[in-house]
Amino acid sequence: MSNTSAYVKEAPLVKGNHTFSSITALVGDIVEKPTPLWWYIAFGISNLVMAMMFVMVGWLIWEGTGVWGLNNTVAWGWAIINFVWWVGIGHAGTLISAILFLFRQGWRTAINRFAEAMTIFAVMCAGLFPAIHVGRIWVIYWVFPLPNQMQMWPNFNSPLLWDVFAVSTYFTVSLLFWYVGLVPDFATLRDRVKNKLAAKIYGICSLGWTGGNRQWQHYEKSYLILAGLATPLVLSVHTIVSFDFAVSIIPGWHTTIFPPYFVAGAIFSGFAMVMTLMLIARKIYGLKDIMTDDHMEKMNIIILVTGWMVGFAYIMEFFIAWYGGVEYEKFAFVNRAIGPYAWAYWIMMSCNVIAPNFFWFKKMRRSVTVSFILSIVVNIGMWFERFVITVTSLAQDFIPGSWAYYSPTYVDVLTYVGTFGFFFTNFLLFLRFMPMVAIAEIKMVMPQADVHNYDENGELLEDKH
Amino acid sequence: MSKESTQENKKLFGMLAEFANPAKLMKAAKLTNKAGYTKYDAYSPFPIHGMDDAMSLKESKLGWIVLSHGLVGFTGGLALQIWTNSIAYPINIGGRPFMNLPAYVPVTFELTVLLAAFGAVFGMFFLNNMPRHNNPLFNSKNFERATDDKFFICIEADDSNFSEEKTEAFLKEAGAVTIEKVYD
Repeated sequence: MSNTSAYVKEAPLVKGNHTFSSITALVGDIVEKPTPLWWYIAFGISNLVMAMMFVMVGWLIWEGTGVWGLNNTVAWGWAIINFVWWVGIGHAGTLISAILFLFRQGWRTAINRFAEAMTIFAVMCAGLFPAIHVGRIWVIYWVFPLPNQMQMWPNFNSPLLWDVFAVSTYFTVSLLFWYVGLVPDFATLRDRVKNKLAAKIYGICSLGWTGGNRQWQHYEKSYLILAGLATPLVLSVHTIVSFDFAVSIIPGWHTTIFPPYFVAGAIFSGFAMVMTLMLIARKIYGLKDIMTDDHMEKMNIIILVTGWMVGFAYIMEFFIAWYGGVEYEKFAFVNRAIGPYAWAYWIMMSCNVIAPNFFWFKKMRRSVTVSFILSIVVNIGMWFERFVITVTSLAQDFIPGSWAYYSPTYVDVLTYVGTFGFFFTNFLLFLRFMPMVAIAEIKMVMPQADVHNYDENGELLEDKH
Repeated sequence: MSKESTQENKKLFGMLAEFANPAKLMKAAKLTNKAGYTKYDAYSPFPIHGMDDAMSLKESKLGWIVLSHGLVGFTGGLALQIWTNSIAYPINIGGRPFMNLPAYVPVTFELTVLLAAFGAVFGMFFLNNMPRHNNPLFNSKNFERATDDKFFICIEADDSNFSEEKTEAFLKEAGAVTIEKVYD
């Protein structure tokens, strides 16, 4: 990912006259500095919130799914909404690490490490909901093709089963991808930290990495292939998540636009989450030289683009409902906009379609405050999108006699809130103990790393300093 | 990992030379390659593009490992679904065919990717001889900066062209900043 194009002058990816060793120090020293007070406070709060999640899950398993607000008409509620929301957030991490890598976008190196961490923790939060929603969690292994006393096998015709394979593959591949990226950085920490025990642990994690070119050769090939595998994988995962809905015959779900629309929505919300986390992390850890305002602007452009893809899908759904001429389909969509859940629909529209338009303006794209607020607004909007899709389609279905209104219970709400505790507990541990920026990759995009920027005597050219 | 490396009773592993920057490392690697050394490697904190050619390395074989794993995932995934749902215990689900191949596409795809990713990661570890925690290079204190900001070439004593004096002179000629002997 060299930056040697003679035609287009690009802003430097790393600002502030850094050398290789100052980059190592900037990122590597975070794990060695004494734990700051705010970390303990944040970690404590996250732990309490996570504990609440475990209590709620325990209560659900003890008492049964009746503690949720589901009823006979609306049999899918917050569990699937939260699942789709969290797994969608995770997709931005893979987009940044895999797709932007294939497109040779050097700026991804600043954010890919913690975006991938976000992916892994978000998918863990997502995976919780399908696991606990089954009611009899002690037979959850039935979703896997394991021999059992009934000699029965999973139904491979079901999108819900495809989901099991898609999400577990996605989690495994994301974890492997993340770990491969971490190996050289673990080696950096192994050679750097003064604490003997820490050096030993980082040493074990680095698997004896030396940084020899014979290793880098296979390493880079592996990274490229993983990026090539993760790209169709991430698209397939959210496609299959959308199949949970689209393969059914419920009006409002049974549409072919769902796979691309879900993928765009996933990237939209995921980038917003990366933005939220990035702005907090770079402020606290003083990483503004690595995560520059140019990064923020590029991400905001992606948010604007994917926001409009989602907006286009919302409009196209209405068009097709009218153009298709199916009575129930038409009703489902008109009902979304003016029915009993119109409040949710218009929250979704304002947050996802109207709010991102601030990013048409360069000033807004480069404003930390605007970016931070909008990143949260977008994620609220995307949660409501899943709420609208799931609940409005079920609550008023074919027969008016079976219509019902759905409201969550406190267990629904607290379980969802609890997943934030789970997420941030993991994320804070990651920030504390792991290199939160890909050190080796950042060095790669610096001008000093490119041998073309040196003269015949091996001295750095004047304009490349 | 930072024991003193000057114990004479130990076996010589190789000659470790430090270079100031990627360009000098690349130049030295080219010279080392040309001088006929085969058991050597160029160490850097990040991959340096063009180094594979400078060292005349053959293309990585990893792609074949990934392909073979991917094919196992593909055939295994398809076979699993066909056998369980069509042969071992066929169930009539909403009148769908017992062998419903389009419905088997997603799981087949996922398992192909999963196995291919295993091949890509564990195949890379295998080709890189990892995990290996007892590398003699770790006996060099200076080598700790190979993961920070320094660039090294190590010519191993096993190389048929290796001789303590000549190799040292050669590395000096190639522009090394410091040269040290690394013992096993």
